[in-house]
Amino acid sequence: MSTETRAAVTIDPKAERRRGSRPDPVTRTTKATTGDKVVGGISHGVLAIWSLIVILPMVWTLIGSFKTTTEIFKSPFGLPAQWNFDNYISAWVGNSFGRMFLNTVIVVGVALVLVMVLGAMCAYVLARFSVPGSRVIYYLMLAGLTFPVFLAIVPLFFILQGMGLLNTLPGLILTYVAFALPFTVFFLFSFFKSLPYEIQEAAYVDGASEWRTFFQVMLPMAKPGMAAVAIMNFLGLWNQFLLPISLNTSQENYVLSQGMASYASSAGYALDFGEMFAAVMITIIPVLIVYILFQRQLQGSVSQGTSK
Amino acid sequence: MISPFIQALYYSMTNWTGFSPNMQFIGLDNFVRLFNDSTFMQAMGNNILLAIVVPLITIVIALVFASMITVGGASHGQVRGLRGSSFYRVVSFFPYVIPAIVIAILWSMIYTPSGLLNGVLGVFGIDTNQFAWLGEQSTAMGATIFVIVWSMVGFYMILFVAAIKGIPAETLEAARIDGAGRFRTVTSILLPQIRDNVQTAYIYLGIMALDAFVYMAGLNSTGGPSNSTLVMSQYLFRTAFEKGQFGLATAMGVVLAVITLLFAALVIGVFRLIGGKDEGGRA
Repeated sequence: MSTETRAAVTIDPKAERRRGSRPDPVTRTTKATTGDKVVGGISHGVLAIWSLIVILPMVWTLIGSFKTTTEIFKSPFGLPAQWNFDNYISAWVGNSFGRMFLNTVIVVGVALVLVMVLGAMCAYVLARFSVPGSRVIYYLMLAGLTFPVFLAIVPLFFILQGMGLLNTLPGLILTYVAFALPFTVFFLFSFFKSLPYEIQEAAYVDGASEWRTFFQVMLPMAKPGMAAVAIMNFLGLWNQFLLPISLNTSQENYVLSQGMASYASSAGYALDFGEMFAAVMITIIPVLIVYILFQRQLQGSVSQGTSK
Repeated sequence: MISPFIQALYYSMTNWTGFSPNMQFIGLDNFVRLFNDSTFMQAMGNNILLAIVVPLITIVIALVFASMITVGGASHGQVRGLRGSSFYRVVSFFPYVIPAIVIAILWSMIYTPSGLLNGVLGVFGIDTNQFAWLGEQSTAMGATIFVIVWSMVGFYMILFVAAIKGIPAETLEAARIDGAGRFRTVTSILLPQIRDNVQTAYIYLGIMALDAFVYMAGLNSTGGPSNSTLVMSQYLFRTAFEKGQFGLATAMGVVLAVITLLFAALVIGVFRLIGGKDEGGRA
């Protein structure tokens, strides 16, 4: 670093002299901006094209969800003859996407609350106290994070069968909690570790019990981290696909993601595309709302993950 | 948490069908059977292709975008990012929050003969003649790879932007004063500094591509024309839950896990090899 700075000092006047030979400073600025304009223009162009590639399919789906199947096949760009919510209603009621929606909300909601409470407690203890075997638990969590889910899927199937929880919502909730826990603990571990020790000690001195310290002092301080993890978990669980299709196969317990898949494959070419698009929108809208509301925290959590 | 994995290892050495009480220990027979199964080997080949190509394309695109956003701004004064870049950031992160299965289904509709892709090409005067992108052996894999890349670029772009922002401003300024242009700044300053992030991204993407079950299930649930997009996880799922050969299926799971670990080790090794010389220069 220091050598670089020294080099900068020696080169700087030279560069200055070179620039000084030009007639006046005004040309200098204009020359710089032409270069900037080219680079900026190309960058904007490329990024705009990519944005278009991202947005176009979504807009197409949105418009398609209002069209009838014949209209969809006639032209990919045409607007629907009349704007109504027929597709949405038939998807929601006729194809029971409404029930799936409710199932998904229940499963994801309960699992999210459980995993956040358990994860925060677990991470707090691992990060703040020297419990015997805490390192072992930490490394087991880390292992759970790295192993592919696929390796566990068959044994998991029989564990749940043994417990009588196969094809039930509580069974699915339990698996979701187990699979989201390693990530939650891992992320919150480093977060709790970075909180100042003095405040914890101050709470003790003031006579707070361990529980009170945790819930009233440490947990509120960990709020930003908790929010980021909760959002990540929400998206991950809402989008979960493999676990439900292998562990939750009875029709009335379907969650949205697997309902979509079974609808798409069962209907084959006789598919009602308009309804399909509507179902896609029903699945996407909740996550998009969460994303737009918490966009800043989410991107912040990504950057936080890198600095660790 | 860990017990299913250990159980898996045991099951993989039995001929268990799941519902029969008798379970024979047959050692490594399942693995021998797998490596003689041409369909499984093809699926493994597809997986390895995905694990090499998908991370490469995704990371290159994400890096290009990330550097455009961070150093694409004015070349005088402080190193600045592109104006209005937050819009691109928000938009390109979009696909990451959509369920993968929905992405896959969405794109399978875009790729249909009368779908969006053929429509857009038609606008540019290219008559694709109702081409079924996922139905032809020659394009099925490419189309699939594009979908995965499409859904992943945004996330890794944000990741790299964050990593670049973590580089001390003095370093970038020093490079600029030394007369480094944008391209030079990217290749000699940014890339070495965020090497660790690129490595992590490569491993994550590779693991994702070795799985890839969700995308395949939505795009071509049967494995594509002559199994050209069949992947191991799909084959595993079929063997376990449709044929009921749970022992064999878990053996596939073990193979998949071993390949994943080998892949991670390989990536770390390669990165150490190409990055060894500027080890001291990292912040």
